[in-house]
Amino acid sequence: MPFSLNSKTVDREFTKSVEEISGEPLTKCMQCGTCSGLCPVEATGDVSPRQIIHLTALGQRDKVMNVKFAWICASCYACQLRCPRGLDIPKIIEAIRLITLRKNENFIEPFAIETGCNTDIPQIALVSAFRKHTA
Amino acid sequence: MKIGYYPGCTLKTKALNLEQAAIQSMAALGVEMVELDRWNCCGAVYSLADDDLIHILAPVRDLIRAKDQGYNKIVVLCSMCYNTLARANLLMRNDEVKRKTINDFLEEENDYAGEVEVVHLLNVLKDDIGWDKLQEAVVKPFTDVKLAPYYGCTLTRPTEISIDEGISHTIFKEFLEALGATVVEWDDAEVCCGSYEIISNPDTAKKTVSKIIRSAEKRYADALVLSCPLCEYNLGRRQTDMIKAEDDLKPLPTYYFTQLLAIALGLSPEVVRLELNTPEARAWLDENK
Ligand code: SF4
Ligand code: SF4
Repeated sequence: MPFSLNSKTVDREFTKSVEEISGEPLTKCMQCGTCSGLCPVEATGDVSPRQIIHLTALGQRDKVMNVKFAWICASCYACQLRCPRGLDIPKIIEAIRLITLRKNENFIEPFAIETGCNTDIPQIALVSAFRKHTA
Repeated sequence: MKIGYYPGCTLKTKALNLEQAAIQSMAALGVEMVELDRWNCCGAVYSLADDDLIHILAPVRDLIRAKDQGYNKIVVLCSMCYNTLARANLLMRNDEVKRKTINDFLEEENDYAGEVEVVHLLNVLKDDIGWDKLQEAVVKPFTDVKLAPYYGCTLTRPTEISIDEGISHTIFKEFLEALGATVVEWDDAEVCCGSYEIISNPDTAKKTVSKIIRSAEKRYADALVLSCPLCEYNLGRRQTDMIKAEDDLKPLPTYYFTQLLAIALGLSPEVVRLELNTPEARAWLDENK
């Protein structure tokens, strides 16, 4: 994903917020791509875990807010298992989601969920989806 | 032997087949699983934000109840509850500052510092019963049946709360071997099934489900064995409509590990509750068991 670095596109506060919420220092990432290789939804996503971390570390708020990857990551922890820099990647991605959710913006609307889906759906599915995707 | 038991919400409704088979099987093996007098939803997912302690309160309350009832160990069946409770417990054990904040906030409760051990039922079977004793108790072994164990993500990750040591996990395999089955070694036993993305991004879940079913079939698995009601929903109940566009895939039956345990121990069908599984899963067992 091409992007340009200049005073208009770089939002340092965004990087700082993600680091604060996640407790993970983004500059530790060496962009090796191990996480992307292990991620089960990387191929479905518009960016990879490595890319979303890169964009976030470089303050690319608008780009990060416009990609969907953070919303398809299910915090499965496959990536974290082998990150050579010991980064807790799911925490970083949770922080990215929270930046939207904490503005009181939902990713899914509880009342708009497909009905076919919620008749026999287990509670843990609903509770976790609402926890992860609603404000 | 008695052990404290935390069920979680799903086991009381959609996953009765996970719970009842477990309680009766353990009773047959001499372990009484005593449900906590009072418990609440664990929150299903562990809060990953460093500044969010409010969502840790629910699992911590459950752990306090367990401690108040005198248990030094509680057993959990649902993989998601296991993960959430075990991680909250570690936080209370290891993070002095957050522990104090949480204990201060829950001033009406007794202080908690991670005294209770959170274990999954597979751990109880391995450590408290033992594979040899389990094998001796089996009256209807799964001879000549090829079973693929499916851990999903929450039983073994992150490593600190894994139900098994090391990088390549064997506890599920050992369990199925004790039941007399041939265990399928396959690549996707710990790949996420798509989890709650089935609600928010069904297309993503469809791809993960299809990949997992395909991978198990490539290894000639007769069935998938699992421990999580959400994995069972994605890979089991929703399997047909998730993979229906892919004609080359045949339906793969899914069972909770506790159901196979109950069958192997010779317990009655009322305990196994197969009517709550998919029609394919019922039909396959009727033919092969
Ligand atoms: S594995 Fe770790 S260091 Fe490598 S790209 Fe991913 S986050 Fe960065
Ligand atoms: S936690 Fe998210 S980013 Fe990491 S492997 Fe799983 S889905 Fe991919």
